[in-house]
Amino acid sequence: MSTAYQIIVCAGIVPDPLQTLEPVASPTGPALKNEMMLPAVLDPWAGHALYEAANLAKNTPGSKVWLVSLGPKAKLQQVMMTVAQRVPFELIALDGPASGFTEAAEVAAALAEAIQTIPGLDKSKLLVFGGWESASRGAGATMQMVGERLGIVDQFQGVDQGNLPEPKNNPQVGMTNMRTVMPALQKAKPTKLAGEGLTFASVTLPKQMRETKIVKDKSADDIAKEIVEWIKK
Amino acid sequence: METILLLAHTEIDGSLAKSAREALHAAATLHKSLAGSKLVIGLIGENVQAAANSIAACPATKHLGVTGADFSQSRYATDAAAAEAIFKAAQATVIVAPATSRWARVLPGVAQRLGGRVDTHVTGAAAADGKISVNRWYYKQRMEGALTRTQRPWFIGVDPGSQTACDCGAGTAEVEMVAVNLTEAQKRTTVVGLREPKADAQTIRPDAQLLFVTGAGWTKKQADGQTHVPEAEKLILGFLKATRASLGSSKSLVDLGGEGQAVLPFLSHLNQIGQTGATPRHAKGLSTCCHGEEPHTVGWRFINERRAISLDPNCGWARGKADVLYVADAFAVMQKVNESLATKT
Repeated sequence: MSTAYQIIVCAGIVPDPLQTLEPVASPTGPALKNEMMLPAVLDPWAGHALYEAANLAKNTPGSKVWLVSLGPKAKLQQVMMTVAQRVPFELIALDGPASGFTEAAEVAAALAEAIQTIPGLDKSKLLVFGGWESASRGAGATMQMVGERLGIVDQFQGVDQGNLPEPKNNPQVGMTNMRTVMPALQKAKPTKLAGEGLTFASVTLPKQMRETKIVKDKSADDIAKEIVEWIKK
Repeated sequence: METILLLAHTEIDGSLAKSAREALHAAATLHKSLAGSKLVIGLIGENVQAAANSIAACPATKHLGVTGADFSQSRYATDAAAAEAIFKAAQATVIVAPATSRWARVLPGVAQRLGGRVDTHVTGAAAADGKISVNRWYYKQRMEGALTRTQRPWFIGVDPGSQTACDCGAGTAEVEMVAVNLTEAQKRTTVVGLREPKADAQTIRPDAQLLFVTGAGWTKKQADGQTHVPEAEKLILGFLKATRASLGSSKSLVDLGGEGQAVLPFLSHLNQIGQTGATPRHAKGLSTCCHGEEPHTVGWRFINERRAISLDPNCGWARGKADVLYVADAFAVMQKVNESLATKT
């Protein structure tokens, strides 16, 4: 008989990767220009973790997936409208910043605390999933810290089979999920991340433009010759 | 007064990787800039003496080691225990480590365990007026931040390829062994083997001089109204074979497989560079048939010399991003490039 798992997926939200991002200074440290206006998506790496978790739960009867997410409540709601149609889960929402400039240790503390409040949590059945890195801070640090806070020393980071397709939208799954998503959002715990001891001296965009030499009207032979010389230089 | 610990693991053959020497360079630079600071070397592996000897001339006051068969392979529980033990023996305040796949998996957890903080993917570290600052990138290499911290211990994971490797010479180092008593629970995970593609099938080569970027244009209809995917495959693989370049791909090309379009079978998500892929570091980059605007081009943020072949002279991937843009048919050019390389080898 297979073991039923309690699978908890830690997943953040990030600005849509196709948006142009510009750093600005805010009273609480660096931020993105018009951050609250930028469309958000579930972090792509966390999304993979969620779909892997859902696949495992589907193939292991009796298993259940929780999605623990920290972000501005309004943004979480926007993202959940899409994500909730993909796979079944129960949302545990934390209302706080989703910025890449937040401190991983503080995020981990908030996530671990939220996980520990899940009723009926059985650590002998517990699997904690998450994105290896994020498209915001991109530190690859939060999951290990969550694990340490939960006393999990069997950790496997950077796990990727890379062969699971993104699930298609399923309105029925969406309807079922939304019954718990909306109440979860309503009671999302306000979470403050102080960034204690951390000071940003600057956050800047790199110099983007290069003086591009445009080479037109040269034969393939001549271009090839030039490229080969350049490669061998 | 800071005690700076260089924390590194040995390779399977007992040597020290270039990334460890780069981290040592960063640690030694901090040590030099911070008056009264101490530099300690901590090494973990099955046997660390050869690695310690290879950097014996560095200005460290102490060499510490955790050794044994249990520490030859990457495993979270044992690596964390070893790192914790060395940290305590060194009484370190700042820990500089190479952000290898092995350390990246474990050091944040160790920082948490020790009540410290961690910064990963650090690309620069400096000290002025007794204060350490580090640089790292945010939002998938789209903006760079410089930051300082008051918390200690402070773990700093240095990105491989971002620093000059320390050239301190070899000698005989006296390594003080640190005992780590592992429990059976910590050894529960067993590494049963390593799987990697055959040499010819391995298209990702982080140490290559050249990154060859292939865009979706390789699979699109050409001037004759037909696609030429088999020819594209032959040209790309032929070029890789001749140059030993690393292969990168734009997201669109990688995604085509999921959309049921013709694909190049040797490309996977692991080849993907850009906003949702990797940002490798290479001396040179040659992009072919790529298109798109920022943020796709972050894929070659850390490529020094960049050239592109595209039929579109206004291509956003190339114009303003590449040093040279050849407005030409990549099929024709790469055919000639491969012929030329074949003649010269």
